[in-house]
Amino acid sequence: MWLADERAVESISIGAGILGCGGGSNPYIGQLRVRQLLKEHGPVTVLDAEELPDDARVMCIGGIGAPTVGIEKIRDYQSYNAFTALTGFLGSWPTALISNEIGGGNSVEPMITASLTGLPVVDGDGMGRAFPELQMKTYFVYGVPCYPLCVADEKGNSAIFSHAITPLWLERMARAVTVQMGCTACYALAPMTTEQVRTTAVLGTLTLARDLGEAVRGARSRGADPIPAILEVCPGKVLFQGKVIDVNRRTAGGFARGSVSIDGLAEFQGERMVLEYQNENLIARRDGEVVCTTPDLITVVDTDRGEPITTELQRYGFRVTVLGFPSPEHWTRPEGLAVVGPRAFGYDLDYDPIVL
Amino acid sequence: MRIGIDVGGTNTDAVLMDGANLAGRAKVPTSGDVTSGIVAALQELLRQAPAHTLQAVMLGTTHFTNALLELKGLSPAATLRLALPANRLLPPFVDWPEPLREAAGGFAYMVRGGHEYDGREISALDVSEVRAAVRDMVKKGVEAVAVCGVFSAVNPAHEEAAAELIREEAPHLRVTLSRDIGRIGILERENAAALNACLAGTATRTIRGIRDAIQSLSLDAPLYLSQNDGTLMDAAYAARYPVFTIASGPTNSMRGASYLSGVQDGIVVDVGGTSTDVGALVRGFPREASVAVSIAGVRTNFRMPDVLSVALGGGSIVHTGPLSIGPQSAGYRLSEEARVFGGQTLTATDIAVASGRARVGDPALVSALDAGLVGDAVARIQEMVEDAVDQVKLSADPVPVVLVGGGSILVGEPVKGASEVLRPEHFDVANAIGAAIAQVSGQVERVLALEGVDRDKALADARTEAVSKAVGAGADPASVKLVEVEEVPLAYLPGNATLIRTKAVGDLAPWSA
Repeated sequence: MWLADERAVESISIGAGILGCGGGSNPYIGQLRVRQLLKEHGPVTVLDAEELPDDARVMCIGGIGAPTVGIEKIRDYQSYNAFTALTGFLGSWPTALISNEIGGGNSVEPMITASLTGLPVVDGDGMGRAFPELQMKTYFVYGVPCYPLCVADEKGNSAIFSHAITPLWLERMARAVTVQMGCTACYALAPMTTEQVRTTAVLGTLTLARDLGEAVRGARSRGADPIPAILEVCPGKVLFQGKVIDVNRRTAGGFARGSVSIDGLAEFQGERMVLEYQNENLIARRDGEVVCTTPDLITVVDTDRGEPITTELQRYGFRVTVLGFPSPEHWTRPEGLAVVGPRAFGYDLDYDPIVL
Repeated sequence: MRIGIDVGGTNTDAVLMDGANLAGRAKVPTSGDVTSGIVAALQELLRQAPAHTLQAVMLGTTHFTNALLELKGLSPAATLRLALPANRLLPPFVDWPEPLREAAGGFAYMVRGGHEYDGREISALDVSEVRAAVRDMVKKGVEAVAVCGVFSAVNPAHEEAAAELIREEAPHLRVTLSRDIGRIGILERENAAALNACLAGTATRTIRGIRDAIQSLSLDAPLYLSQNDGTLMDAAYAARYPVFTIASGPTNSMRGASYLSGVQDGIVVDVGGTSTDVGALVRGFPREASVAVSIAGVRTNFRMPDVLSVALGGGSIVHTGPLSIGPQSAGYRLSEEARVFGGQTLTATDIAVASGRARVGDPALVSALDAGLVGDAVARIQEMVEDAVDQVKLSADPVPVVLVGGGSILVGEPVKGASEVLRPEHFDVANAIGAAIAQVSGQVERVLALEGVDRDKALADARTEAVSKAVGAGADPASVKLVEVEEVPLAYLPGNATLIRTKAVGDLAPWSA
């Protein structure tokens, strides 16, 4: 157990950016919102899954919408509204909350509700990184029902989905309601059991995000190289180091798709890496050869400052380091790969785990 | 004829342009009150050449930036956000540095109103709440208000209605509408609008002072101020939107560099006394930044040139063992402290003289410098410049590099990544020339759901609006051209929601008194 205070939340936002793999929403506003509430209500308790009582009920909380809308109509109490509507419907409160996605702004979304209700947040999430859609969660892949699920807006509207035949159908329905609500909604999912959390969640990710953030901040204040500091906290490898020479963007099917080309510097001089992304970085090719694929994490950080760079902010001239981290084990089994492996995103490739 | 003036932190530069020719130039120290420095520069110009048929006086100044940095002369300001029940967790001024917030008033109000991304109302504007907020502002001594509605770029109706209510309740309040200031991104746009609001008083006073000074010299011509994107606004408009002048300094020097060298697309390196500004020219204009830009510690997202600043200038102090250049600088004391001027401090200028690149001061005073040290320092300076050029370039292809600013004597040739290196004549007054040649622009940003809408018509409307904005700002209709049409598809939104940006630019219309 530990307490998430303002400093921890700031650090989590840096770590969540690194685990966001170039996607996820911008964590800046997320941490600003949580810190605003912490000033009033004090720190939020973060619980290890092992510390949960065996009969705990854990509610997953997350945001759904469009990041481009979220910078104008900023989320505030939507997750609390979803929580209130769903607990009213179910007739009981959960024991704790858990994040849907550690990558990007969703990492701290449950802390809004936690701060207002006094409930603790479980140290884990349903992705271990960022992915674009609701059905892409380890919870659902390993048998947690995706219903009832409540979507709520900032005005007092909420909708409860009592049943969906698949998580993909839930994504479609929830997305349609979110659009009508004005694209900055939050959702709450009927609670999971302690057993379900322990077996289906990617555990320890809030601690990991906090420690990554602390490592980056520590390296910056010492004037040290942030890359080894990152790798010390989260084992992974430097896939490439160089300078961005081309960014190719397009939007298809509501996804930001494209590629980023990087020319090598230092030990990678003379080589080129191309990253293909659909919101998140999914495939890394070094001189044409695939060196890392989803669900392994492909993250781009500023070489000097260790600041994570999202795909929408990439541009010519940035000096970057491409990092690869092994996927959470949940995604590497056949059930997981069917949802988030290279083929699930339309690439004619098999998943070949990176070797550290 | 036109007069261009650049009021920098150290010097006030002025040029008299007769068509494309430089008819006079002056460089005087900047005065604390801004105005007397301008008068001194103008008097010097008029001694060199009488200004017949003066068309305009064009001014670039960092004065309002300094007011924010030094917390001087700011008006007590309030922000009125039209958003509830949305956007209530993070109130206006939330991420401001405390001293600036206090100096600027920092009164925050939130009422019902605002729009969704598709233009629907979040809630109807609450007229009685707006009136009550305005009455409270008056009680608290507020002098200027920033009004910011959610998605006012999509639907400005609530901001306009609120402005009307403020005029009814308190006609003396100066009003800034966020839709006139910046882009999508409410915290940043609201911040920029609030910065503009708190500059209201000082802008009116300063601009009136400059106008009076120009008239006292019997220069019968209208005054224009240059804005961040290198185009002009008339003095009355500038008094309402001082925040648009904040980055005009680097913009003017890039525009001047483009004019003097004839380069439309390339890189400009402006080496001053303390720092070097490097920026990319796209069709003769500085490329604009796409990410949040911080002004006096406040995040904003309005029109700003994308300039990389490196701590390298003529006054940069050179340390030996191990070799380092800057970031400390002798600054304006360069002419006393540098070795070539008889001082004790080893500066980048001394290195340039010792290496034979530059001839200023007394070269004999640096002749004893170790040749190895000079060689290493020259190489380091060149590397710093080349590195900055490389970071700012838009593609890997070699491009023309234009060197301007008094410190550009530090830079040698060739420059890595440059197809050619140009050092235009009058490079040390490029900023004042940039002000003198400025044009007039109009810019539009709208989010449109293109499904069910005729895309061509939507684009045509945005084009027409940009052109009419430019003409409204004083452009000659015959000369107005569209310089930018950008469509940005927005992810996760249905109906192919698209952000459309258009910008039109034209020559200043002839003025008749």
